[in-house]
Amino acid sequence: MENSILDVIPEIPVADWMATFIDWLTDNLSWLFDALRDSGDWVMDSMTELLLLIPPVVFIILLTALAFFAGSKKWGLPTFTVLGLLYIYNQGLWEPLMFTITLVIVASLLSIIIGVPLGILMAKSEIANFIITPVLDFMQTMPAFVYLIPAVAFFGIGMVPGVFSAVIFALPPTVRFTNLGIRQVSDEMVEAAQSFGSTGSQQLFKVELPLAKATIMAGINQTVLLALSMVVIASMIGAPGLGERVINALQRAQVGPGFVAGFALVVLAIILDRTLQGFNKD
Amino acid sequence: MATKVEIQNLVKIFGKKEKQALELVKKGHSKEEILEKTGATVGVNQASFKVEEGEIFVIMGLSGSGKSTLVRMLNRLIEPTEGNILIDGENVSQMNKEDLRRVRREKLSMVFQNFGLFPHRTILENTEYGLEVQGVDKETRQKKAEAALDNAGLLPYKDQKPNQLSGGMQQRVGLARALANDPEVLLMDEAFSALDPLIRRDMQDELLEMQETMHKTIIFITHDLNESLRIGDRIAIMKDGEVVQVGTGEEILTNPANDYVERFVEDVDRSKVLTAENIMIRPQTLRASKQGPRVAAQQMKAEGLSSMLVIDDNHQLKGYVTDKDVLSAVKSNIRNFDNILRTDIPKVSKDTLIGDLYDIIYDSDTPVAVVDENNRLEGIVIRSLVIGALAKEREEESNNGE
Repeated sequence: MENSILDVIPEIPVADWMATFIDWLTDNLSWLFDALRDSGDWVMDSMTELLLLIPPVVFIILLTALAFFAGSKKWGLPTFTVLGLLYIYNQGLWEPLMFTITLVIVASLLSIIIGVPLGILMAKSEIANFIITPVLDFMQTMPAFVYLIPAVAFFGIGMVPGVFSAVIFALPPTVRFTNLGIRQVSDEMVEAAQSFGSTGSQQLFKVELPLAKATIMAGINQTVLLALSMVVIASMIGAPGLGERVINALQRAQVGPGFVAGFALVVLAIILDRTLQGFNKD
Repeated sequence: MATKVEIQNLVKIFGKKEKQALELVKKGHSKEEILEKTGATVGVNQASFKVEEGEIFVIMGLSGSGKSTLVRMLNRLIEPTEGNILIDGENVSQMNKEDLRRVRREKLSMVFQNFGLFPHRTILENTEYGLEVQGVDKETRQKKAEAALDNAGLLPYKDQKPNQLSGGMQQRVGLARALANDPEVLLMDEAFSALDPLIRRDMQDELLEMQETMHKTIIFITHDLNESLRIGDRIAIMKDGEVVQVGTGEEILTNPANDYVERFVEDVDRSKVLTAENIMIRPQTLRASKQGPRVAAQQMKAEGLSSMLVIDDNHQLKGYVTDKDVLSAVKSNIRNFDNILRTDIPKVSKDTLIGDLYDIIYDSDTPVAVVDENNRLEGIVIRSLVIGALAKEREEESNNGE
């Protein structure tokens, strides 16, 4: 080992460079990060408070009704929703649930707001496609925990760094599926739109996006579930919610409470997934 | 008639090394040579023709002949590599985006092989698409779209989605959509090729019927020779990206420009294409005012005829006389045809297809007279000519079989 020819090259200080870069960002952009954290905290706190204002009974009824209409008016999903939410309430996890829902909604919305336009850009520009594809690969293959470190550096601990890391983790499917959906629109559809003298945006909004809708929705569905899983991991850096209970149980090696909270997360994931899928089928 | 659309030396090259390939095209190298030397594919090779206002101009060729590429260059769905496209004298190939959009909106509409209907829109919404992108207000554009659908008998289906309709109906919608913004030129890319044969025939008839009142300039792409002969006023035949012949169906069938065209037209069913005009001959006639039975008898003897047509001074057909009647008239010393003239002669116009002529002539003892709308005699068709024309076809079929 010691005499390996490869040792000619001294160790490149990648870790130092990365640290320096993050430090530089933190020093120079702290005003921005602080502003983002304060406004983000305010928005999410208010949202959770608002959700907690709704009586759990009303909340359960509303969500069940939503599941009923999403699931083509069959009874399986609504039944699961009622029982699942009653279980969460019964186990005293209602407040953490509301925090988790807030984090998932905010992270998903941000991912969609950023992801759909990025996907459109990739579909329309080969250069954008060429640049963004490897970035997405990077984002998806980098272990999720790694994002927690710069998140803490930028925003400290709490909900905002949680959402920040969740957005990075959950963004790629929406971008990829939007890109794919638009590229899959058949040549004849595009030619038909163009032959009538559509402008670029008419072609996009009247033909391409409606035809790509199902594919884009499948991407958004993925994004929501990834956001949920990252919100749980983000509890390690102080994001409140169901994940916090899981982490607490882990640290104290309490099998029982760990499973109770973990099961609540499964319930939430299934309700989110099936409801979104149901709406996508219409 | 004015020229509506003209293309001049239109070239499309696909692939890299466009410039190098273009030079070779100009030097007259073939498609294969250019592909071998540069790796570029010549889609359309220096195509030129003029389309007159109000005609149905068919571009025909087998797949890979460049006909679809050519039609897509007319509205620049495909950018030409070189050459000019003139519509009403305006050079479309040089236009900026805004002008091109205006031309697409106001002058050109396209009908697609697989109908090109938007599946997420209703029939009505599909039909009003062209007007919608022009910014026409909702009420006006719906009214126009409904009128176009009504014209095609599709109004009851206006709230359905395209996939609820049969193929023929969908293409009627495609046509109605193309006509809704009242274009001057209609581009039809294999518009009926995806339909089954009977529906295709109906659609061809409907197109011709519609054209009688609308007088659009229609550029119709097809690979089907029978279809081109049926609907085309003129036909351009393409091979390997080149336009090898332009002419009426008649001209192409009778004078194929080269072996390729000849082989192409060999398969055609002559009885459905050739008309009385193609096989009629100049008849021996008798003029009622100047000639009598004696002259008739003399001529019949000389020519070996058993009957002769009688015309008046205006060349209008009066009837015919038979050899028997003529001889008895001569014996009775009668000087005119008044008593022996027979009028039960079948008459057809010169556009009558040989296929239809066959039944008429089969039941007739006399030749069939070909007359114009004023009953003026233009020629006659005798049984042996019809059989001859059909036999020529059969002979070619058996030659092909060898």
